[in-house]
Amino acid sequence: MKNKRAESLEDAVNIVVDGATVLIGGFGPPGVPEILIDGVCDNKIKDLTIVTNNAGTDRSGVARLMDEGCVSKLVCTFPWAKESFIFKELYDAGKLQLEIVPQGTLAERMRTAGAGLGGFLTPTAVGTDLAEGKQIHKVDGKDYVLELPLRGDVALIKAHKADKRGNLIFNKSARNFNPIMAMAADQTVVEVSEEVQIHELDPEVIITPSVFVDTYFVTGHYEVGKGSKQV
Amino acid sequence: MIDNKNLLTREQIAACVAKDLEDGWLVNLGIGMPTLIPSYIPSHCDIMFHSENGVVGMGPPPLPGEEELDLISAGKGLVTLIPGGAYVNHIDSFAIARGGRLDCAVLGAFQVAANGDLCNWRLPHQKSGSVGGAMDIAAGAKRVYVMMTHTTREGDPKIIAERTYPLTAGGVVSKIYTDMAIVSVETNELVLEAVAPGVTPDDVQSATGAHLNIEKVQEIQLNL
Repeated sequence: MKNKRAESLEDAVNIVVDGATVLIGGFGPPGVPEILIDGVCDNKIKDLTIVTNNAGTDRSGVARLMDEGCVSKLVCTFPWAKESFIFKELYDAGKLQLEIVPQGTLAERMRTAGAGLGGFLTPTAVGTDLAEGKQIHKVDGKDYVLELPLRGDVALIKAHKADKRGNLIFNKSARNFNPIMAMAADQTVVEVSEEVQIHELDPEVIITPSVFVDTYFVTGHYEVGKGSKQV
Repeated sequence: MIDNKNLLTREQIAACVAKDLEDGWLVNLGIGMPTLIPSYIPSHCDIMFHSENGVVGMGPPPLPGEEELDLISAGKGLVTLIPGGAYVNHIDSFAIARGGRLDCAVLGAFQVAANGDLCNWRLPHQKSGSVGGAMDIAAGAKRVYVMMTHTTREGDPKIIAERTYPLTAGGVVSKIYTDMAIVSVETNELVLEAVAPGVTPDDVQSATGAHLNIEKVQEIQLNL
């Protein structure tokens, strides 16, 4: 059995290199792999395209990544929020590119990438600014926007528990985009709060099977939104 | 000019919407005013709330000491899960939205046009907006109800003949609940269903940028 456990944070995140497209899990603070992000910051990586729902919360996680100058482009659904003040500062200063994607479309674009599909047709955004320049197809008389797959070089995600093979379960609303991103990148790195023995996760409740996981790093539990300051 | 003391409070508008949500429905609530609605659902009414960040069966905020930082609503406030609720990933959450499983979505809005066009994600002068799940939910829910103030802070109408703001979803709104009135969007017209006590149909018409059919208007019954 392949050992997917990284023994150090550096080992876990050294796959993230300058210019990479990185999918980062989370919706609001829950499910954001704050420790892995701290590892990328510490490596002083530049020019990343980050795909994630929010534009960072306060100063940890994705906000720290932007604040440290690691990000050149953000693909997200909800950038304008009072807790995303670091994003606003950088965007207003012309230091960040932004692509807005409807939330369901963002999820499905990653799913199709992971599922080996060439895209999908969605009724979402028909007639809006966000469908500009995209093909419209009629199916049974109804208009749909053609959306294309979105793949990452790396996915950085957070799970509640991993067994030693790398099967994952998640915690409450911290699941969100994480299982989808796990499928949609060339390399998936997971930070997990707990590691358990192989038989300890019931196969009937495993959310992400180990085939979608390349590396996991055990962080223990930490208070959401505080990142590595507590570790 | 309408006397501001006759305008409904946010809570009173929420109570009006709650009265129209039906037993057994699955409902998505937008950020802001719609989150007040659950407090006004009668306890015998089995309505489940969907939060697009992956909560099916969202319950009220936790009691002190029972907070779970990993359990939030789409508005990022701490919430709970009702007995029989479930957590889902974003694919399943938006399959619920686009796939027609939401009986109703109650959303805020900047503008609603007479044909039901919804504008709620970006103001025209802004370079970009925060779309979140609004476009998916508005495009997929069986019914879209809007809850908003009747006019902007400057007094401009938000219900208008044709939209001038960026579109969220075309022709989707079927009912509008404001601090002055309840308006339903019918095939060829806007129908003024009810007005707040002390507000006249003429008051509503003059605060509205599209023609209202006022033939069957009633007064909103407030039980608050």
